[in-house]
Amino acid sequence: MIVTYALIFAFAAVSLSLLLTMIRLVKGPGPGDRILALDTLSINAVALIILVGIAGATQIYFEAAMIIAMLGFVSTVAVARFVLRGDIIE
Amino acid sequence: MATRFIQRLLPHPLLSVALVAVWQLLANEPSVNSLVFGIILGVLLPFATAAYWPNRPQVTRPWRLIPYGLIVAWDIITANITVAMIVLFKPNRDIRSGWVNIPLDIRTPEAITALAGTITLTPGTVSVDLSDHGHALLVHALHAEDPEEVARKIKHRYERRLKEIFE
Amino acid sequence: MSHNILDIAIAAALVIGGLFTLVGSIGLLKLQAPMARLHAPTKASTLGVGSILLASVLFAFAKGAPSYHELLIIAFLFMTAPVSAYFIGKVHIHLGQNRKPLPKPARDNIWATKAKREEDTPSVPEMKADA
Repeated sequence: MIVTYALIFAFAAVSLSLLLTMIRLVKGPGPGDRILALDTLSINAVALIILVGIAGATQIYFEAAMIIAMLGFVSTVAVARFVLRGDIIE
Repeated sequence: MATRFIQRLLPHPLLSVALVAVWQLLANEPSVNSLVFGIILGVLLPFATAAYWPNRPQVTRPWRLIPYGLIVAWDIITANITVAMIVLFKPNRDIRSGWVNIPLDIRTPEAITALAGTITLTPGTVSVDLSDHGHALLVHALHAEDPEEVARKIKHRYERRLKEIFE
Repeated sequence: MSHNILDIAIAAALVIGGLFTLVGSIGLLKLQAPMARLHAPTKASTLGVGSILLASVLFAFAKGAPSYHELLIIAFLFMTAPVSAYFIGKVHIHLGQNRKPLPKPARDNIWATKAKREEDTPSVPEMKADA
């Protein structure tokens, strides 16, 4: 029972933080802030998927969370590198 | 002869151990099958890719990584609460953020990477840049009344221990 | 009480994780300077998501179907968070969005992100191609 309430709280907190991050993504003002917001979005998405996995008591969402974590990191580095160098692979 | 043979077969022992551990975690249930296959991968992959990483990173005292990891974990938890308090309750005009300039005594790339990662993971400080020849580290502090004090604490608490581990 | 200790631990990990994730995003929205904004999400979110993943591990044990591969995601996040923060900090420096000017390096001449000319490039051969 206590776990159910905690789960609802965590769902609300993570969803709210996704929303706040979205505001920063739209507001900017610089490319650095947008990259940071996108990185935070991907990390929060991992949290949300894990929460769905706990709520459904299944393990099948693990791979999705892992892949989002990996792709989030790689895309953050790729976008940052594009801003820094004007090119991703030199 | 025998040691050279083992060195050729296992060019990166730490990488092999890490591969076995990762395979165990991926398999997600302890069984002889996954252990055997993990060991096969742990031997085969470093052997096949040895040509791409000719130098073995030097870790002179690996056992000291354990107390170091515990210290860093404790610092991450306590400092996270401090940063959360600053973010939630301190008005923006009272936050004194600024640059911290750290001259480095450690020289190997592995040690500098470990130090930069530790600084970023402990909340309140982010390592941002390295000087052109790698003798100084630029750190940004979220709230530091005295940047010198932060630099002294980082050098004393982390860099001294990393120097013992890596050099 | 009908709750056992494991349930309370799971609930605590979930609440702590949710709180820290939220604090990270609040910091991202509230703080003024671009460099200061870098602090909140990279750390708070890492600990927040780590805590939620830990809750998932504990929950699987409580269900009687042990599962520990979430530890892989925790390890991955803790290894990659400094690298992303480092790259975003470099973007801020490169675009000159920091309000306070950079200090002069304690040793050497110039910070690597600002090094543009040939004589400023790092002396390590592999890094020369980057400049």
